[in-house]
Amino acid sequence: MLRQLFSFNGGVKPDPNKGASTREPIARLPLPPQLIIPLHQHIGGTPRPLVKAGDRVLHGQRIGAADGNVSSAVHAPTSGTVVAVEPRLMPHASGLSAMAVVIEPDGLDLRIEREPFDWHAATPGEVRDHLRDAGVVGLGGAVFPSHLKLSAGTAGSTDTLVINGAECEPFITCDDMLMRSEALDILRGAQVMRKMLAARQVLVGVEDNKPDAAAALKAAAAELSDASLDIVVVPTRYPAGGAKQLIRVLTGIEVPHGRRSTDYGVQCFNVATALAVWNALEHGEPLTRRIVTVAGNVERPRNFDVAIGTPIGFVFEHAGLKPDTDTLIMGGPMMGVPLPGVEAPVVKATNCLLASSPALFPPPEPEMPCIRCGECARACPADLQPFELYWHARSRNFGRAQEYHLFDCIECGCCAYVCPSHIPLVDYYRYAKSEIWARERDKDAADSARERFEFRNWRAEREKEEKAARLAARSAAKPAAKTADVADSAPSPADAQAAAPATTDPKKALIEAAMARARAQKEAAAAKNTDALTPDQQAQVDAAEARRKRAADLLAEKQTANAPADPSAGQNDAAR
Amino acid sequence: MISALLVMLGLALALGAALGAASVLFRTQGDPLVDKIDAILPQTQCGQCGYPGCKPYATAIAGGDADINQCPPGGDEGVRKLADLLGREYKPLNAEHGVEKPKSVAVIDEATCIGCTLCIQACPVDAIVGAAKQMHTIVADLCTGCELCVAPCPADCIAMVPVADTVDTWKWRYPVFDLKPVMHAPAKEAA
Ligand code: SF4
Ligand code: SF4
Ligand code: SF4
Ligand code: SF4
Repeated sequence: MLRQLFSFNGGVKPDPNKGASTREPIARLPLPPQLIIPLHQHIGGTPRPLVKAGDRVLHGQRIGAADGNVSSAVHAPTSGTVVAVEPRLMPHASGLSAMAVVIEPDGLDLRIEREPFDWHAATPGEVRDHLRDAGVVGLGGAVFPSHLKLSAGTAGSTDTLVINGAECEPFITCDDMLMRSEALDILRGAQVMRKMLAARQVLVGVEDNKPDAAAALKAAAAELSDASLDIVVVPTRYPAGGAKQLIRVLTGIEVPHGRRSTDYGVQCFNVATALAVWNALEHGEPLTRRIVTVAGNVERPRNFDVAIGTPIGFVFEHAGLKPDTDTLIMGGPMMGVPLPGVEAPVVKATNCLLASSPALFPPPEPEMPCIRCGECARACPADLQPFELYWHARSRNFGRAQEYHLFDCIECGCCAYVCPSHIPLVDYYRYAKSEIWARERDKDAADSARERFEFRNWRAEREKEEKAARLAARSAAKPAAKTADVADSAPSPADAQAAAPATTDPKKALIEAAMARARAQKEAAAAKNTDALTPDQQAQVDAAEARRKRAADLLAEKQTANAPADPSAGQNDAAR
Repeated sequence: MISALLVMLGLALALGAALGAASVLFRTQGDPLVDKIDAILPQTQCGQCGYPGCKPYATAIAGGDADINQCPPGGDEGVRKLADLLGREYKPLNAEHGVEKPKSVAVIDEATCIGCTLCIQACPVDAIVGAAKQMHTIVADLCTGCELCVAPCPADCIAMVPVADTVDTWKWRYPVFDLKPVMHAPAKEAA
């Protein structure tokens, strides 16, 4: 079937450099002496650790539980002993540490007993929970929890499920090798996803520089003989593997700025994610390994099947790191981030480990002023105006940068690649984005602080009023026994009631209402032990009342002697 | 002539009624300027500006009683934003009110705490939990770093700890590095 293909604007054609790492099949990397498994490897909440130092864990055991629904679980890739749960260096440009579970493998690789899960019979909600607890996240690099993307949405159905096998970035070949060897299971995973999304068709996009992968997929599709499955070979142009770009090439749908493809009935997953979904559902296998391309300045560039948590240095040892390496990069040369050290582990997002040398990637030429030539805008696949973004990011004018759709920038690096002034444009965008996020966090914190402060003030106010009302009520109850002029000066409960509606503040009115309710309750709950008394008891009560009255009279007499001070005190109480 | 006058009179009456109705229908609650200023202030509620909280300071600025450079937690950027909003000249932070510090949170040494509840009463945002004669602790996520609980503590067990960056809050650096003049720095400035 010949399908009409579309095209996205911009893009570049860097040297693919994919040959070296595809010469040999995927190799299974042995386990390192220590696995460092970060708890937080995806977008969303940090999982709660389920193990502590000294615990024994088994292969496939959950060691971090998803925290809330926007999160994903983490599992042990082998059996062994937890030696620590502590902050460790992360494969992140910041060079900071984050919580990780450190496991010493025992070499036995004992598996935890799998709980059988019949996904054919389960509801979509149960399947999603299962995927969350199997730690399945997007393996194309965005590591967004997959279960969140796998619901049919409000419309009840999706038009197209796009499986992304374009893998456009130079040097990276992990998806290519995976498609060659696991084509059938990838497509089975895609079929499951199609069912969950209630999608009409599945389009698998593969760039035309991967003929072997496309052939393997086509053979597998023929075997499955599913009419809704279509393997589409797309022209090679960076970044054809960007979600919005691939969707545009395959379906012609142009997703506008600030919108998501799901608004247009299209959902996109990476091929490795499709395989992870299949493994999790069919084999009950949580995500504990992934394919990593090791390329660049190494002796034996190759794809490895690596246990998540393997230190990066250990992986490079097996590929033979050349001595003149100056930087290690996670990801490709266009979008990758520099790694802070070889102790950092391989995580779910690690698709490629690239060793760079001055010969391979010469140091950038000095930055020159922008000449507004517009090359960057022609190259931008997201249809942005990079020089405007650059200008506003550089002058810290973040509001304007957002108006120019900064957050639609996919950081593909095309603009910096073509810029004749060698401006590190993407660095500016990353800087501006992280500043904007920080500001939003500050603003949220300020808003919550304001709310709490105002609530506290309101509470203080309420307490004061309640106290005043209590005192007023007490001084109003007293006068019955007091002399006439004392009673006159104190407001009666009726006065207080009449004054209540006059308060315009709704909060005050609420408080008044609550107080009135409390008073009514008190009156209703009069002493119960005073009804149904024997005459004998009644006589005793009467005697006590008489004594009390006498005492009150005596007290009142005494008070009338120094009366001038008292009424004012009563008034003060009421006014407070 | 008469008809012209009548038309004008009719117009005047109709427009007057429309304006009157609009002023009733679209009456604004509170002072919008105070709210705009309050939205810029960091809500630390520390009182360093000389007012008992950010809202009172915002009210004072709006009323012309306070200057725009009295809030150290808001820092230089806060002053700039206020200057922008109010169309005033930017001026550096008034050092009398304190200096801009990195964001910190209060931490109670729980072994030393005697449970006097004084810190709870001082905290403007209810970020401290505890009860009389019980150990107290601070909910770090809610603490604004105002330092108001530090002074009242009789056991001297509250410390301000700067908030460290995490992988999630870390920010990419500004890509341009300022070059510092080394060769011709005046001797006076170096001293
Ligand atoms: S390509 Fe570079 S020099 Fe040309 S407009 Fe874009 S940023 Fe400016
Ligand atoms: S990095 Fe951003 S602005 Fe530059 S070309 Fe890519 S999408 Fe466009
Ligand atoms: S100094 Fe700033 S943060 Fe502190 S109370 Fe005043 S306005 Fe609020
Ligand atoms: S003021 Fe100090 S001693 Fe008192 S409760 Fe707070 S932390 Fe504990």
